[in-house]
Amino acid sequence: MDVRVSGVRKEFDRFPALHDVSLDINSGELIALLGPSGSGKTTLLRLIAGLETPTEGKVFFGDEDASLKSVQERNVGFVFQHYALFRHMTVIDNVGFGLKVRPGSSRPSKDEIRRRSSELLDFVQLSGLEKRYPAQLSGGQRQRVALARAMAIEPRVLLLDEPFGALDAKVRKELRRWLREIHDKTKHTTVFVTHDQDEALELADRVVVMSQGRIEQIGTPDEVYDRPNSPFVYSFIGESSSIGVQIKNGELRLDGQALSISSDRPDGEALLYFRPHDVDLIEDSNGGIAGTVVASRRVGATRRIELRIAGVTDHVEIEIPADHPATETSRIAFRPKHWRVFPKS
Amino acid sequence: MALEPVQVIDPTATARHATTERRTARFLLTGIALVFLALFLVLPLVSVFVEAFRKGPAEYFAAFSEPDAQAAIRLTLLVASIAVPLNVVFGVVAAWAIAKFEFKGKAFLTTLIDLPFSVSPVISGLVYVLLFSSQSALGPWLKSHGIEILFAVPGIVLATMFVTFPFVARELIPLMQEQGTTDEEAALSLGANGWQTFWHVTLPNIKWGLLYGVLLCNARAMGEFGAVSVVSGHIRGLTNTMPLHVEILYNEYNFVAAFAVASLLALLALVTLVLKTLLELRYGAELRAVGGH
Repeated sequence: MDVRVSGVRKEFDRFPALHDVSLDINSGELIALLGPSGSGKTTLLRLIAGLETPTEGKVFFGDEDASLKSVQERNVGFVFQHYALFRHMTVIDNVGFGLKVRPGSSRPSKDEIRRRSSELLDFVQLSGLEKRYPAQLSGGQRQRVALARAMAIEPRVLLLDEPFGALDAKVRKELRRWLREIHDKTKHTTVFVTHDQDEALELADRVVVMSQGRIEQIGTPDEVYDRPNSPFVYSFIGESSSIGVQIKNGELRLDGQALSISSDRPDGEALLYFRPHDVDLIEDSNGGIAGTVVASRRVGATRRIELRIAGVTDHVEIEIPADHPATETSRIAFRPKHWRVFPKS
Repeated sequence: MALEPVQVIDPTATARHATTERRTARFLLTGIALVFLALFLVLPLVSVFVEAFRKGPAEYFAAFSEPDAQAAIRLTLLVASIAVPLNVVFGVVAAWAIAKFEFKGKAFLTTLIDLPFSVSPVISGLVYVLLFSSQSALGPWLKSHGIEILFAVPGIVLATMFVTFPFVARELIPLMQEQGTTDEEAALSLGANGWQTFWHVTLPNIKWGLLYGVLLCNARAMGEFGAVSVVSGHIRGLTNTMPLHVEILYNEYNFVAAFAVASLLALLALVTLVLKTLLELRYGAELRAVGGH
């Protein structure tokens, strides 16, 4: 089921949570809404579900205007951040709830509900726990029950709010892989909200980066990582370093020195963004960025150093091979392999 | 969701008790609490039964065979059986509205629900007298239509309802606020309509709080004196509830009968307590699983 969000604005008590957001989700896609807290990602998810109504704009499921429909009519599977399992119902009753409350004509028989719920529990690898209550399950198990419950209603779209937010790191990683497998099997159009970039980049077909109620960038994990279109995306996804530079005649200059990096931006102050690990070390400082090492620490397979560079107020971080001989006070020169120049705001 | 026990770092600390008071201090504090309980809770209760049985069981049971006493018991049961269910409905609806929705005037409504708690019951009764007496604006109209409210059962029911109104709502509002709305949202997203959501999700989540509220509300409805005293008119065999009947008997120096009827009211309190304990025992496992009230 395609989902189209068109020009949606949402205000809570006059306070805008989303400004004019538009988003096309293709059928069968796994989409991540990624952003820091307060970026409006959960609001967008709830708007798609129908748990909130937009102040302006529309949500389409296929060609049909879903904005006019209630949450029940939209038939979406929503997995809540803290699962919202029904405490007083057993696991299997939780999963069967969506079928049990259907109106008479479309409601399956009791046996059929039981059979389908068992099947789903089997699918999420929880057979044997049918008779348990949610309080008797671990966080990861609850998450799976919540997912099985959402899938039981054969939803047109699956929406997950911070699906791994409340789990510890190890279970998170396991469930992440598992969710991808489930998605590949069921081919549900799925949207999930996360503030964890690793999660978004690893899981999603496309990532929607959000900030302050706006969509900053939509793209595949490769696109948003390799070609961030704003300083926000550059610094929010992956590691980034930035240096204030001047542009003169289409050429970047640092402290008067030309960097042999060209830009089509107009002359003036600008910011050069690059990934700390994505640099070439060069022998002579000509055409590169040179600085003095002020701090050096080992991070896994590489060494991360902080450089003091003439004409730059903040220290600049880059990564060098762990066996590089540089120590504090040595001079190092480098040139970013990939970079982007943004106007100074 | 129980908290993980805190790890004890000092191995010698495990032997120590959580409380560090000395033995004498512990006994003293426990003793004071027990004496207090005995003096203010157990002793009065026991004395009611002692007084009631002072002249033997025959006299005790004779007090109930009297037609006026039976009428008082019947009236009390009737009033409670009308007032409590209505207050349960109002209480649940009010708590639902206050806890699950945002609207203008919510704070005002919350205060309004508390009003019967803050007003003296006698005043509550007087309000109805002022509203429905023959001198009031409504009085002549009611009289011309043959509707009797004051000094009749409707007045007693109204006064009882007013006084017991906050019990259910007060019990439920904090509980429902704490539980939030995500369970309801989950039910809605799964296709349940409003009624199904209430019946299958909200109500089971609050059932223990609701039960407690109902028990309290019932105990107060049967025991209410002040407000009912003002509106009832004390007509023997017609508008006397059990508490009013107790007062009349007591004022007539008929102590045995007075305490016998009083013992019935006290028994009601005990039954309420036993009922609550039994329910908790019976559903204890489920209660713990639910992490309930």
